[in-house]
Amino acid sequence: MSDGVLAARPVIYNDAVVKKFVIATMFWGIVAFLVGVYIAAELAWPSLNLGLSFTNFGRLRPVHTSAAIFAFGGSALLGTSMYVVQRTCRARLFGGDALADFVFWGYQFFIVMAALSYVMGFSQSKEYAEPEWHIDIWLTIVWVAYLLVFLGTIMKRTEPHIYVANWFYLAFIVTIAMLHIVNNAALPISLYSAKSYSAYSGVQDALVQWWYGHNAVGFFLTAGFLGMMYYFIPKAAGRPVYSYRLSIVHFWTLIFLYIWAGPHHLHWTALPDWTQTLGMAFSIMLWMPSWGGMINGIMTLSGAWDKLRTDPGLRFSVTAVGFYGMSTFEGPVMSVREVNALSHYTDWTIGHVHSGALGWVAFITFGAMYYLVPVLWGRKALYSTRLASWHYWISTLGIVLYIVSMWVAGIMEGLMWRAYDKFGFLQYSFVESVVAVHPFFVIRMLGGVFFLLGGLIMVYNLIRTVTSPTTELPRQGLAAPALAANLGVAGA
Amino acid sequence: MPTKIEKDAVTGRETTGHEWDGVKELDTPLPKWWLYVFFACIAWAAGMFVLYPSIPYGKGYFHGVLGYSQRAAVDADVAKLIAQRKGSMDKIAALSFDAIKADPALMEVALTSGRITFAENCQPCHGPGGGGRPGFPALAAGAWIWGGTLADIQQTVTHGIRSADADARQSAMPRFGADGMLKPAEIEAVADYVWATFYGHPTAGQDVSAGAKIFADNCVACHGDKGQGNRDMGAPRLASHVHLYGDTRETIVSQVTLPRQGVMPNWGTRLDPATIKSVALYVHSLGGGE
Repeated sequence: MSDGVLAARPVIYNDAVVKKFVIATMFWGIVAFLVGVYIAAELAWPSLNLGLSFTNFGRLRPVHTSAAIFAFGGSALLGTSMYVVQRTCRARLFGGDALADFVFWGYQFFIVMAALSYVMGFSQSKEYAEPEWHIDIWLTIVWVAYLLVFLGTIMKRTEPHIYVANWFYLAFIVTIAMLHIVNNAALPISLYSAKSYSAYSGVQDALVQWWYGHNAVGFFLTAGFLGMMYYFIPKAAGRPVYSYRLSIVHFWTLIFLYIWAGPHHLHWTALPDWTQTLGMAFSIMLWMPSWGGMINGIMTLSGAWDKLRTDPGLRFSVTAVGFYGMSTFEGPVMSVREVNALSHYTDWTIGHVHSGALGWVAFITFGAMYYLVPVLWGRKALYSTRLASWHYWISTLGIVLYIVSMWVAGIMEGLMWRAYDKFGFLQYSFVESVVAVHPFFVIRMLGGVFFLLGGLIMVYNLIRTVTSPTTELPRQGLAAPALAANLGVAGA
Repeated sequence: MPTKIEKDAVTGRETTGHEWDGVKELDTPLPKWWLYVFFACIAWAAGMFVLYPSIPYGKGYFHGVLGYSQRAAVDADVAKLIAQRKGSMDKIAALSFDAIKADPALMEVALTSGRITFAENCQPCHGPGGGGRPGFPALAAGAWIWGGTLADIQQTVTHGIRSADADARQSAMPRFGADGMLKPAEIEAVADYVWATFYGHPTAGQDVSAGAKIFADNCVACHGDKGQGNRDMGAPRLASHVHLYGDTRETIVSQVTLPRQGVMPNWGTRLDPATIKSVALYVHSLGGGE
């Protein structure tokens, strides 16, 4: 940590494990988008479930959500966190390459086990926590190993301070461990059975589940990806972070307030009134702490806005921050009980989730991938910025189709469900609202197709970046940018 | 690395002096608008805590100065709607079907109530507009098993079919195959006869006299010698173009071998009498009413 001899010695980073995570991110991204498109089509045309148990919507939906959140998002978070923590601590990953590899392969094994168990019909019936107890125990082991790698690297850092990205990554790792263990407390019916019963029952179970579910959004999909943003935006923009103070204040307020907001998922249910009020009030207070990240992300670009024209990766990152700002405004609005009376159980919620998942999580990840692949594989640039631009516009169009169709469908459902005629009878039956949203379900599926298409373009572009002779660095230039990025050379 | 505070040329702000992998930070103060909106949100939340049920203590909780309760709010909403419907629904409950039909304004209310009640409760089985589905009678087709007058429909809806209700409509076709009353070859023969004679699919040159004999010995008592059925016993009409389990010879074989005994709930436990009368009027109006 002192700045003498130690700092001058170059640190060789473990990039092999990061490369594996980058490949996994790409692979699971395509899987998640593909399954998403398929189940969107099933919702529009239910006969596409083919009458088979393992292709019906109920089993494929958790495959889609887990592939998107844990496989695609998780691989992106684990990979980038290992990249970022090494460089901002100027230290090789703690625990040796074997431990890092264990985290990678252990995590991939968890994903495959979870997905297989869903299609075979095993589920705890807890949203985003569907895997049964034996898979949960495995993930706990892998996650503790991940915490060791990350925390150990911070402990042995050769930088005096801990960079803000690492606070966010660490908050994500620690909180997810806590949420995972508490929500998955369950008793198996026997040691040799995959079936278990939750330790909680009734409304307590629902509250624990949504304390978990909401903070999976808060700490996995928000804090973790803010960590990603805090490294890759200043790096790609070549500008200092806008405000150190804002990063401190919004970090601690976000961490403190998020953990209370879960009850807003249970408005108008058996959950006591007072708990609902608390969930709503904390969600409103969460608005500005969330936006602190958006301000820091966007304002960091001041003086570098011109780079948006030439760097499609940065364009993804900045658009992601825009979508982040939009969803973190929409969320508190939807948490207000009276608004929720309209939005609850409708497709508005689905639209809200996807403006976050596609617009924020996926886009910030795409930005990081476009940055990382040339650096990790030692190429001078992306194979094609033109293809990356196509990816950007096609995916953005997909997101717009998706969220606008779901807004219209959701608000229409909410209004139809609460409409009474002049005699005081319900105006519409439930099935009439299903018929009414059908065209929007088709548009939503088209949005998904666009997003998938964009993803495929990216994968092609990144594969060509690694394999095409046109992106090779000139031999004598090897020591320059790529190598410097891969080595913690002091003063580089 | 030593702390080295620099001045950023673009913004004129100073950096904090830290640097990680080339990333520096500016020492920009919190944006004023951000801070004030944050405070406003905290004030709003505090207001919610005061107005609405919020802080828990022991076994109770602070109920809020507005005295709001979600349960009471829902009850009030429901009471308002019931009050709005009360005048008409009381009349529908009190008057005979003929009297309701004679009052166009009341009939409009009854059909409105009947339509939405049917759509939310009956349509999942009987299909939109009472079109029916395999195993669930088509109400619009007029092929009534238990009768299609308003009184018949009201009776069926209230007490159900093979339900837990003491007055439920009961019928049980014998399990001719499963209980060994007929041999498989005999079932095939009777199916040939029913398929050819009542379902209207005769095969040229086919001799169905064996099946006719079996039908006369076993089936006529309920289904009638011309396959006309018997509503008092809930025995479906066979000489029809509408068949409960499908219009194929295989369904005749399976229904004689191991008959399915469909169940309809006794809606009298879920819907009030006026609503059931509305549903009866609506179902009657679908095109099959008698």
